[in-house]
Amino acid sequence: MGERLAIDRIRCDGYGMCAEMFPEGIELDDWGYPILRQGVIPDGLLPLARRAIDVCPVLALRLVNAPARPPSTSVGRPRPVESAPRS
Amino acid sequence: MSAILEATDRLLAGPSPAAGSESLAAHNVRLGPMPRVGSDMIGTLERSGLLGRGGAGFPVGSKWRSIAERRSGPAIVVANGAEGEPHSSKDRTLMAARPHLVLDGALLAADAVGADELIVYVGADHRAAVVAMGRAIAERTTTARLPIRLVEAPVAYISGESSAVVNFINTDDARPTGGPPHPRDRGVAGRATLVQNVESLAHAALIARHGEDWYRSAGRGPTSGTALVTISGAIGIPGVREIDYGTTLGEIVAGAGGATSDIQAVLLGGYFGGWAVVGDLRDLSLDPALLADRGLSFGCGLIGLLPVERCGVWATSNILDYMAGESARQCGPCIFGLGAIAETTRRVAAGGAAPGDIDNLARWSRQIVGRGACHHPDGAAGLLQGALSVFASEFHLHQQDRRCSRPAATAQGVR
Repeated sequence: MGERLAIDRIRCDGYGMCAEMFPEGIELDDWGYPILRQGVIPDGLLPLARRAIDVCPVLALRLVNAPARPPSTSVGRPRPVESAPRS
Repeated sequence: MSAILEATDRLLAGPSPAAGSESLAAHNVRLGPMPRVGSDMIGTLERSGLLGRGGAGFPVGSKWRSIAERRSGPAIVVANGAEGEPHSSKDRTLMAARPHLVLDGALLAADAVGADELIVYVGADHRAAVVAMGRAIAERTTTARLPIRLVEAPVAYISGESSAVVNFINTDDARPTGGPPHPRDRGVAGRATLVQNVESLAHAALIARHGEDWYRSAGRGPTSGTALVTISGAIGIPGVREIDYGTTLGEIVAGAGGATSDIQAVLLGGYFGGWAVVGDLRDLSLDPALLADRGLSFGCGLIGLLPVERCGVWATSNILDYMAGESARQCGPCIFGLGAIAETTRRVAAGGAAPGDIDNLARWSRQIVGRGACHHPDGAAGLLQGALSVFASEFHLHQQDRRCSRPAATAQGVR
């Protein structure tokens, strides 16, 4: 079990400093909000991930244990998750 | 296609919903009182295969179990009748007609998970449902073993999302909080909270009376049971019907007065579902498992028929405008991504497509998925991904000719 980055999307204001610090794991979308690379962060990159966490002005990033719910890139079918639109 | 819909009436058995709300006395005469429920009610629900009816289709039994198996403290049950989905009216119809069936299910849930408070959360604009549930709660005050409270949900698409439900009850703010913690762990008043759609609860109340085998005796395909659906759009008699899972679209349409025009596509499952154009739509079997195999969704049971004279790009644009407007405006990818998606789709629909617009739409629709505190952007993104495929040639024509191929008078319609 390794670690991956998680982000508080409500807290994030799109400063984008995380992506400058850790481009191997974070890119920015067209509006400057981070897109996290999926999966476990290799040990060698963990120091950079920690620095990305440290530079975030609003403290929106953290490390969590992986594997967790992998972010999907397609929503073509319903996913039985309890946090879906309505219960 | 002459088949007439032969539905198994369960939730809507008894007097017509048009006759108004059923009183407690009439309800008890018709169905008998709720039996004393054994300790294995959750197991019964699990074996019945009952799926949640709010849109996600999460199995009801395992949801109740996850709360029942918490470590400590009494739980809270919220009967969710917010029904913010445009065009869907099955929850409000059920609450207005069968308020005591909903309450039976909610009280059953409270017993099963060990709750000491029940909150009935009803969309404030669903007046008949609000009145019926309020009256039904009043009829129960002397017999219910726990306090029941009616809370009117703000009128917004997202106000029925479970973390928004909990947030509104706790703080009067119906915006999703994301998580963790999940409402199941820490919800209303910090306690373990079961947020369950009202139709799911009504089914559970009948399963408690008649058993899991009875429940499983309806349904034609892999998914057992019946479901409420709302038929809207180009249909003779729009409204709510109860169907066996697996009933074909052709039968449902025929049973609802037939289509008023040739149908080019169907919006299935609401704005979290998607457009379907799958060969002969009439043979499409409305079974959640079969739909999922085709990348479609049963969702909240909405069936919206888009007639040929309407434009799929315009119809999609109208929905995306709505979804962007309903963002809780908390998360950047939702505020800006959904905003850009709606604006660009509108530009394409209106004949002002810029080079790269459709490529951008495709890219953004993949990019914003999973990047909100709730699934609101995912729903819009999924709907757009489907539209770009289902209406691919129409999108292409709009970009190439910079205009809609249909007469403006019929193309745009309303949402």
